[in-house]
Amino acid sequence: MKELWDLFWTFARIGGLTFGGGYAMLPMLQREVVEKRNWATDEELMDYYAIGQCTPGIIAVNTATFVGQKTKGIVGGIVATLGVVFPSLVIITIIAAFIQNFADLEIVKNAFAGIRVCVCVLIFNAVVKLLKSSVIDKATLAIYLVVAIGSVLTSISPIIFVLFAAAAGILLQNWKGAASK
Amino acid sequence: MIYLRLFYEFFKAGLFSIGGGLATLPFLYHISDTTGWFTHSKLADMVAISESTPGPIGVNMATYVGFTTKGILGAVVATIGLITPSIIVILIIAGFLKAFRDNRYVKGAFYGLRPASTGLITAAGVSVVMISLVQWDLFQQTGSIWDLFHWKGLLLAVVIFLLTKVFKKLHPAVFIGASAVVGILFGFAGV
Repeated sequence: MKELWDLFWTFARIGGLTFGGGYAMLPMLQREVVEKRNWATDEELMDYYAIGQCTPGIIAVNTATFVGQKTKGIVGGIVATLGVVFPSLVIITIIAAFIQNFADLEIVKNAFAGIRVCVCVLIFNAVVKLLKSSVIDKATLAIYLVVAIGSVLTSISPIIFVLFAAAAGILLQNWKGAASK
Repeated sequence: MIYLRLFYEFFKAGLFSIGGGLATLPFLYHISDTTGWFTHSKLADMVAISESTPGPIGVNMATYVGFTTKGILGAVVATIGLITPSIIVILIIAGFLKAFRDNRYVKGAFYGLRPASTGLITAAGVSVVMISLVQWDLFQQTGSIWDLFHWKGLLLAVVIFLLTKVFKKLHPAVFIGASAVVGILFGFAGV
């Protein structure tokens, strides 16, 4: 029971501290889930992100379900997911009920312009960390560059990139395996 | 039974929107058109609010729409509707992964997926940089290199970067809070 509470509050904290989409959640996940609690590794987070890109639903929710399931089975998956949406429910309900024109308030605009700058740096740091465990040879470097540059410059769906990378991974690994035999 | 309808509409949105939170947007337009629960312009306000509050954007949108339609219970029902398909699908995939973790095709797939995942996150980071540190529109109007960057933002980014390297133990939330304060004190949203 204590572990389930722990899951709920950890993910509630992550949900409440995530500003702007699932990728902005990554620095919080690395700190809370990987470094502080060892519920998952950096590699597993990347797997969850890739799978979350091509399965239904919001990436933040998908990742929470994955980590919760890994830690405490099906109930864990559900509890972690409820945790990650809990702050939204509370905060949005309060804003919708009491504050008119919230997004137009000058103080909110300025605060968020500052927060976005911080999110840039946090994502940069997170990516540097992930690169160390995902780009391990020339082939993975090539996949990384194709996907990163491709999705900055084109509007090709992430699903296509994920499918391409999975296929490339299978081909490369098996080709390498065959070559070394 | 409007609660059932709320659950059903958001369940559909959760099931068919793949990728980021804004992928739910077309579904919300559809809900607006078919149910009349809220107008398009109200929806634009909701997007702005969802983007300027913590939490996943898709979840914020569901909560907001649910609340405006049917109060607190509506907010809960819409949000649970949105996340139910994810929970089911991911639990199935997680079970599958556990069983096939050592399969060489699964291993090969992840060998390729990890750099791709990092690439997608890099691209997401670049898009935040383009919004918060680069003033492309202003640069195109004036043609002056000086106008290309948001200098206050760039300075803050460098300071935060150095601080994250010096104080590695500090929680990321500390830097976010501090940046919000700096943004307010120095009027970051204004030019």
